[in-house]
Parts: sequence; structure tokens; C-alpha cells
Amino acid sequence: MTWDWAFAFEIFPRILQGVGVTIGATFSAFAISLTLGLVLTLLRRLSFKPLSLTVAGIIEFIRVTPPLVQLFFVYFAFDMGPFLTGAIVLGVHYSTYVSEVYRSGINSVPKSQWEASRALNFSPVQTWRKVVLPQAIPPIIPMLGNYLIILFKETPLLMGIYVTEMMMIARSIGAETYRFLEPITIVGFIFLVLSYPCALFIRYLERRSGQIPGSAEKGVKA
Amino acid sequence: MTEVAENLEPAREVIVRYNNVKKAFGINIVLNDLNLDVYKGEKVALIGPSGSGKTTIIRMLMTLEQPSSGTIEIDGEHLWHKEVNGQLKDADEKHLRKVRGKIGMVFQQYNLFPHMSIMRNCTEAPIHVLGLSKDEAKERALQMLQKVGLSDKVDMYPSQLSGGQQQRVAIARSLVMQPKVMLFDEVTAALDPELVGEVLEVIKDIASEGETTMMLITHEMDFARDVADRVLFLDNGLIAEHGTPYDVIENPQSDRLKSFLGRFNSAH
Ligand SMILES: Nc1ncnc2c1ncn2[C@@H]1O[C@H](COP(=O)(O)OP(=O)(O)OP(=O)(O)O)[C@@H](O)[C@H]1O
Ligand SMILES: [Mg+2]
Repeated sequence: MTWDWAFAFEIFPRILQGVGVTIGATFSAFAISLTLGLVLTLLRRLSFKPLSLTVAGIIEFIRVTPPLVQLFFVYFAFDMGPFLTGAIVLGVHYSTYVSEVYRSGINSVPKSQWEASRALNFSPVQTWRKVVLPQAIPPIIPMLGNYLIILFKETPLLMGIYVTEMMMIARSIGAETYRFLEPITIVGFIFLVLSYPCALFIRYLERRSGQIPGSAEKGVKA
Repeated sequence: MTEVAENLEPAREVIVRYNNVKKAFGINIVLNDLNLDVYKGEKVALIGPSGSGKTTIIRMLMTLEQPSSGTIEIDGEHLWHKEVNGQLKDADEKHLRKVRGKIGMVFQQYNLFPHMSIMRNCTEAPIHVLGLSKDEAKERALQMLQKVGLSDKVDMYPSQLSGGQQQRVAIARSLVMQPKVMLFDEVTAALDPELVGEVLEVIKDIASEGETTMMLITHEMDFARDVADRVLFLDNGLIAEHGTPYDVIENPQSDRLKSFLGRFNSAH
């Protein structure tokens, strides 16, 4: 099969129409995983063992089953429509990884910060909001960004449940014209163009995150 | 150990009372039957060898460590317990929050919040815990930062200050909350020798103002002598000797205390 430029240019706009759905699904799923991931992390820290162990068990279960199987299961078990199903399933799946990232961020906040908060009589909620999370989250932003890119690259899975993202469109074009090389290559090209700058930006954040909070804008020690 | 209390004038008001307090970490018994009364406005210095239980004593008061048994009272109220129909029950978070407000602590490693400016370090708790308005909190914080000589550093971050300056901010941050009892755990131990003086001066100033009760763990014997009304020598989880700074530091009775103090004299 030889590459046909005319055909490629002809189908490019049609595939590009799927970008919105791909990006929309990515960000919806990511928003779910950021929120749910934090909730899972906090639930796992509860001293009430039955609950924290149950949550740990659910996380393990979600992680060891393939996302594609989960997609099909939820798609056929609940009648939510392809897009919503896709966003929720990928969001929930990735929340288990994101929860691990939060955990590492929270563990990196020294015990002494909790103790200082208690000495100032902050409530547990205030301690989380004012002291722990503001220190736990900045260092993990690059890791969260990596998950965003991985999630983005996973969205072609959604064609399994007929979400009209780019890969789904490419496959339809292939089925209509019996030409697969151009549509698939174009999809790959669009993914590359979108994720490479994000990856560069994350690497930039990683380099910056070595710095001590507060000192970034003010320079060296007085 | 109740004689610790009986030696002092009976008319004075007790603010902190340890009753038969035991503390063990696993099988390691750190404090065995501690009984101690601290009086309103009193400055008590705790000295003693490493591992003798000094930090554990004040961490239990700050509610950072729970006693294994016994009771602690602060200002007439149980700290770790709640009285329900005349019976003592374990305190819940609500009760702890109520009584903990009477206590403040300064740590060896300062423990400032690195992501907040000096001003916010000092205003966050008064605003959100005491319910002060932003302006009131700022005014009070500025007053305390002036007291520790750092009112020109309000917009800086902890990492931009020297250790001595950070520790003075930590003292101001605690003062802003107006605790009745202030705890100091070797607050100069992490500092370069040339910065120790500025922090001790600040504490002496606050001590000389009088009304705040202080419990200070220190290895600075001159400082203990200057500031303390009473010195406790801790050894193996017991108050082995106690009395005025003169009694304990100048006139040690036991061989243990003599050899402990000897280490400091030979260093001079
Ligand atoms: N969280 C903990 N878990 C286990 N053991 C502990 C803990 N905290 C303190 N200990 C033990 O309790 C004993 C007393 O410790 P503590 O910190 O009260 O002594 P200290 O008199 O303050 O000593 P130092 O002068 O070295 O600070 C030590 O044997 C220590 O190992
Ligand atoms: Mg100690």
C-alpha cells in the first residue's frame, strides 16, 4: 500500500473533528481521577480499619482488571451513553494511580508540620487544607502531568464503546475506503503534535520543582 | 513525687498538674509515675541526660503524645480525659481542641510553614482558629514580630531567614495565640552557636513580662539559672532532683546530677 497525499489531505479535516472528543474525554476523565484519587487517598488514611481496608481492596481490584474490560462492562451494565461511560471508567481507573501519587506527596510532608499544626490548634480539616496539601501537591504536579499524557494516549480505547474520538473516525474511514495507512498515521501524528509539547512542559516543571517553596520568586537566603 | 508541689507556697494557683502519669513506647517505659505541679506564671526548666524523658513530658502536654496511664490537668480541666457523669472518659477531638488552645509550643527545628510568608505563618492560626479578623490578626502578629525583632521580615519566607531568625518567628507565631502555658523543647539546639544568644534573649524578655507559664527544656545552664524559678533534673524517667536554680545547678546533691552538670562545666 502506497501513501496517497491527496487522500490524506481529504480525510485530515474529518479526523480532526474527533480531536475535540479526544481532548474532552481526556480532561473529563482526568478531572474525575484527580478528585476521586484524593478522596481514595484520604479514605485509605482513616484509622477506621474496615473502611480503609475496603477502599484498598477496591483500588487493587480496579487496577488488576483491564480498562477495556471495565469499559465494556460499564457500557453494557449501565445505560449512560458512550462518552460518559468512557470518561467515568477511565477516570475511575486512573484515580487509583493518581491516588498513589497523592500518597507519595502527602508522605513527603514531614511529621513536624503536622505537629506544628496541632500546636497551633488547627482542626484536622484546616491542617489538610492549609498545611499538608499545599506542600504535598506542588512536588507531584509533574507526576500528575505524566498521568494526563498517559490518559490522553489511552483514549483510543474508547472506540471499543463507539465514542467518536479520532481513532473511531479513522477506523470508519478505513472501513469505507479500505485505506487504513493514511487515517491511522494521521491519528498518530495528531497525538504526537499534542502530547510532545505537554511532555516538554512537564519536564520543565520537574526541573523547577527541585526548588524550595517560597524561594522561587525571592531568590537566595537573606 | 508530690513533695515537688509541697515545697512551694501553697497559696499559688496550679495551672498544670501531672497525676501518676506513665508513658511507655512498646516495652520501653519512658516515664514511671510522674507527679508534677506547675504554678501559674512559673518558669520551670527541665534538664537531664538524653533519653531521660524531658521531651515526652512536654509532648504529652501539647497533646502530641498520649499518656499510657494517669491524668494531666491544665487550668483545672482534664487534658486527655473528659468528665461524663463524674467518670473519666477518653477525650474526643472536640475536647482536645478546647483545652489545647491554652498551650503553645516552640520546637527544636522551628517547624515554620515553608509555603507561607512570615506574616501568614503568624496570622493563619489566629484567623482560622481564634476567629480574629484579618486586620486584628495582622496587628497582633506585627506586635509579636516586633517583640522578637523581626517586624521588617513580614513578607519573606522561612527559607530566606537564618536559623535564629526562624526560631524567633516560631516564638512569635506561638505568642500570637496567647497561650497560658508555653513549652520550649531545646529551642537553641539546632542553631549555630553565634545565633543562640539572640533566641535566648527573646525568651528571657518574654519570661520577664511575667504572666505566661513556661516549661523549658534546655542544655544551656546559664540560661536555666537566669530564667527559671524552678529546675527539674530528669533521670531515667524520674524527677531525680528539683528546686531553685541555686539548689539544683549550684548545689547538686546526687552523683548523677553532679556528673551531668560536670559535663557542662568542663565544656566552658
Ligand atoms: N515516638 C517514639 N517512639 C518510640 N520511642 C520513643 C518515641 N519518642 C521517644 N521515645 C523514647 O523515649 C525515651 C525518652 O525520649 P525523650 O525524647 O523524652 O528524651 P529526652 O529527655 O527529651 O532526650 P533528649 O535530650 O535526647 O532530647 C527515649 O528512650 C526515646 O527513645
Ligand atoms: Mg528531647
